[in-house]
Amino acid sequence: MPEATLTLSNLDAHYGDFQALYGLDLELAAGEVVAVIGANGAGKTTLMRSISGLLRNRPDAVRYRGQPIGAMRADQVAALGIALVPEGRQLFPSLSVEENLMIGGKVGRAGPWDLGKVYELFPILEERKAQASTSLSGGQQQMVAIGRALMANPDLILFDEISLGLAPVVIRQIYQALPSIVGEGMTAMIVEQDIAQALAMSSRVFCLMEGRIALEGRTEDVTHDQITAAYFGVEA
Amino acid sequence: MIEWTGAIVQGVLLGGLYALFAAGLSLIFGVMRLVNIAHGDLIILAAYMGLTTTVMLGVHPFLALLIVMPLMAGLGYALQRGVLNQTLGDDILPPLLVTFGLSVIIQNALLEFYTADPRKLPGGAVETASLDLGGITVGVLPLLTFGIAVAVIAGLQFVFYRTSLGRGFRAVSDNQDIAQLMGLNKAHVFGLAMALALAVVAIAGILLGMRTSFDPAIGGGRLIFGFEAVIIGGLGNLWGTLAGGVILGVAQTLGAKIDPGYQILAGHIAFLIVLAVRPNGLFPRVEH
Ligand SMILES: Nc1ncnc2c1ncn2[C@@H]1O[C@H](COP(=O)(O)OP(=O)(O)OP(=O)(O)O)[C@@H](O)[C@H]1O
Ligand SMILES: [Mg+2]
Repeated sequence: MPEATLTLSNLDAHYGDFQALYGLDLELAAGEVVAVIGANGAGKTTLMRSISGLLRNRPDAVRYRGQPIGAMRADQVAALGIALVPEGRQLFPSLSVEENLMIGGKVGRAGPWDLGKVYELFPILEERKAQASTSLSGGQQQMVAIGRALMANPDLILFDEISLGLAPVVIRQIYQALPSIVGEGMTAMIVEQDIAQALAMSSRVFCLMEGRIALEGRTEDVTHDQITAAYFGVEA
Repeated sequence: MIEWTGAIVQGVLLGGLYALFAAGLSLIFGVMRLVNIAHGDLIILAAYMGLTTTVMLGVHPFLALLIVMPLMAGLGYALQRGVLNQTLGDDILPPLLVTFGLSVIIQNALLEFYTADPRKLPGGAVETASLDLGGITVGVLPLLTFGIAVAVIAGLQFVFYRTSLGRGFRAVSDNQDIAQLMGLNKAHVFGLAMALALAVVAIAGILLGMRTSFDPAIGGGRLIFGFEAVIIGGLGNLWGTLAGGVILGVAQTLGAKIDPGYQILAGHIAFLIVLAVRPNGLFPRVEH
């Protein structure tokens, strides 16, 4: 069996006394796109923070291409090729649009993504490149957040609710751009409240409930009822 | 009349030195929200390092900078990574206490090595040289100090807004977690910021030591002047810091003109007035 890109084994996460994740096991193959869904507070963001090194774990709780990375700092994880598009965009307010993108390239990994290619994907950003990132609309800010992650030329990219708070037309625009991003051999994990959107993009889906995986399956196999049950914790 | 103009010009030039005291303080606070109580003592430490270098190598204090600057920068990096990083967190008290402790340690160490006798850096001819600017006599050293201050502020401004290092400083200042996601190790970035701040402290210390005599106890006063310049100018604005230094310097020389005993007091009063009228300083930072 080929080496998995990402392997979580018995991953826990805690905030003080509160346990947010309980013994998660999960495997992503190279080039795979998976969706992670779940109700508010299910632990989706916590999962992404754990993978990206913002929350530290046992070394072997998170493996990346076989290498234990669970205890690494976020900057070390980033250097290995994992990028996170964080919930709520979280651009740097003191940096211009272009500087936000450039700092994404700070990890210095070789690959197809550079300023020119990001501007090709989101032309509006080139027009606004000298502006403060805070002066952009929500959708444009989300484009910067995505571009910033791409500038690192990651092999694994994590999207945390990129449609949150955006108008449907903007969401459609951003999701239209996604295939050309993850089509380039990247492995991706998409956290989304908009279930239909997430399922349309992915080949497998995980549903989190109160810090545990309540449902897992190939996208075409899981039924609407199963998702409803896993999502709301009721028997369908 | 010309006397008062002269005092104002002297004050402006003195403000350059205060801006140099303040620049490092402002940079450190801006990047990591650390208030470094030992800042003034580090300035005096740099002056003593300059003294030892000039005496041992027989070089001019300006040349001693070539040794003192890298030493202070290295000390800054080591201090940040070895001690200060561990104190940074949600609570602002630990860094205050630790840098206060550091201030006491530096003062005592200096007292031990150099005694309490006032010392001075031998600046040679540049100390006494002066220029006649239309009836106003200005010293070459104060003029040079002001020029260096402008150059240092311009240099810091350039680093902050035009280089990848500066982008890292601003990003870490904005959001430490997200900056870390961009591959920036904040412990290292903070170390670099402190190194840069103490390189500026080295310049400030050498210029101070050529201008006036110093002893291990005067660091606290330089810290206050630096603070006042930062606050008057507005936090997070380097050119504002220069303006703050100039306002403080002018207030002091005008105060001294009225009565030599009023110099320091006049500076504090100017500071309080600005604080009362514009609590965020005259030129608070504008985003981006
Ligand atoms: N910093 C924190 N301190 C304490 N508890 C936290 C913290 N962050 C999250 N939690 C708790 O951990 C649990 C999981 O939170 P998480 O943010 O991972 O959920 P989520 O699935 O991303 O939710 P949402 O859909 O609202 O973004 C929640 O119960 C939340 O209250
Ligand atoms: Mg979330």
